[in-house]
Amino acid sequence: MNTSSTTDIPPLPPHDRSAVSGKAVRPGDRIFLGLSRGSGIALLAIMAAIAVFLTYRSVLAISGDKANFFTTLDWNATGTDPKFGIAVLAFGTLVSSLIAMLIAVPVAVGIALFISHYAPRKLSSPLGYVIDLLAAVPSIIYGLWGALFLVPHLSGLYSWLDDYLGWTGIFSYSGGAARSLFTVGILLAIMILPIVTSVSREVFLQVPKMHEEAALALGATRWEVIRMSVLPFGRSGIISASMLGLGRALGETMAVATVLSPSFLINTSLLDPGGGTFAQNIASKFSEADQFGQDALIASGLVLFVITLLVNGAARLIIARRKEYSGAAA
Amino acid sequence: MAKRIDVSGLSAYYGSHKAIDDISMTVEPRSVTAFIGPSGCGKSTFLRTLNRMHEVTPSGRVEGKVMLDDENLYGSGVDPVAVRRTIGMVFQRPNPFPTMSIFDNVAAGLRLNGSYKKSELKDIVERSLKGANLWNEVKDRLNKPGSGLSGGQQQRLCIARAIAVEPQVLLMDEPCSALDPISTLAIEDLIGELKERFTIVIVTHNMQQAARVSDRTAFFNLAAVGQPGKLIEIDETERIFSNPSVQATEDYISGRFG
Repeated sequence: MNTSSTTDIPPLPPHDRSAVSGKAVRPGDRIFLGLSRGSGIALLAIMAAIAVFLTYRSVLAISGDKANFFTTLDWNATGTDPKFGIAVLAFGTLVSSLIAMLIAVPVAVGIALFISHYAPRKLSSPLGYVIDLLAAVPSIIYGLWGALFLVPHLSGLYSWLDDYLGWTGIFSYSGGAARSLFTVGILLAIMILPIVTSVSREVFLQVPKMHEEAALALGATRWEVIRMSVLPFGRSGIISASMLGLGRALGETMAVATVLSPSFLINTSLLDPGGGTFAQNIASKFSEADQFGQDALIASGLVLFVITLLVNGAARLIIARRKEYSGAAA
Repeated sequence: MAKRIDVSGLSAYYGSHKAIDDISMTVEPRSVTAFIGPSGCGKSTFLRTLNRMHEVTPSGRVEGKVMLDDENLYGSGVDPVAVRRTIGMVFQRPNPFPTMSIFDNVAAGLRLNGSYKKSELKDIVERSLKGANLWNEVKDRLNKPGSGLSGGQQQRLCIARAIAVEPQVLLMDEPCSALDPISTLAIEDLIGELKERFTIVIVTHNMQQAARVSDRTAFFNLAAVGQPGKLIEIDETERIFSNPSVQATEDYISGRFG
């Protein structure tokens, strides 16, 4: 038996014997390599397909536009004389997202600091959980809440703003339902709060103990520790978190479509109803659009895509420029 | 600018675990006192009780008295932040503020303590960097980040940052354990110069280093793992290394355990 069992072992295939020379490829490696390379190629192919599709349809739309695609304050993409432009949409998207960022980022950083550095441990984890829960609420729910609760309740605040800041033009309010870009901004702020908060909190928790102790040992108070060690270390993280939030704010569709009362006018008074955003405009017009109308909406979507890309690029530049001073080098 | 530290009956805890038990000792002003002992004997914990850094650790707690001349650091109404402003600390791993320039690192403590004129600040930064034997190496790049320096330079930058505020006492927690021998020598020379002006306490794992830099040496030990660390003896360094009065000290120094 003993002798036969040794002869039963098949001889090693030739390539396995050369394992030492580094030429052996085991089947597991080969399969995994194929899978990961395939996924990578598929991703690029899908991206390219989307880009080609968007660009092709956009070119059709823009060349058929009888008015300037970038400056026209109208959206009439049907009939023989289509005239449409993205000026209102770009204005509305950027302004509502900017308002959302101005409100959400300071609040989110404050909550994140409270959870990571001030709250007792018993309070901080449930609080973090509630924040994460906010991120799981579907956007249509936010939209309904915004339309049924925020809109009626904000009129009072807007009248008050109009009384004291109406002279700026930005905060003048002529009454009526508060279905305005500012309301959209407030709603978007609440919607991006969870993502900005939880990313910032993670970054703040990763601040090396030794950086905080360096400040403490110099006689820094808790706020001074945060200012000297935590915020500088977390700066690039806060920027990344804000960009994630901004990405969501720029592309938010249902909540904006539910709250905003759209119009194709650029109204410098942000409290008055009117305006529109890219995503909201696409959502509300797409189902009724004909072939050319869809092309026009796709063209506006391409512009939104480019804006998002530019914003992200700018954020990366900011982070890269601060790299020498970032905590990662230490 | 140097004060005497008088510790009596000091115990420190992590939650319910007692890390060091009933320590009493005196640290003389303008001298270097070294703490030696096996890992886990509580010498670093004890060092951190001297500037109230121990209680920063969650569940860290201290009992007993630490007198800085005639003021009890653990007395009621004493602000730990104020204590840390008078007792400087240098850590095991160099920890300059990575986002700050070399200049701002040294000025960081001053800016916490009050407002200075730009020229005053420049003078103090220059004096502190000279005091830490770092001035000649960095005077042309004060605006570059401190994290770009070598490990030894970073540690001297941290010493400059600590002495810029003219503390009464300078605590050093294994300041050379992350450094190469040449940087270590530079720091040891520096300690010799600094003791003219400051009271220095240094924790070290390196007994040759304790013998080289310190005037007095304290030996800490623990009976078993999980037991609190105790002070076995403190004496003139020469005596500790030649003729200690406790057998355990001699065993440790001659390498029979630990």
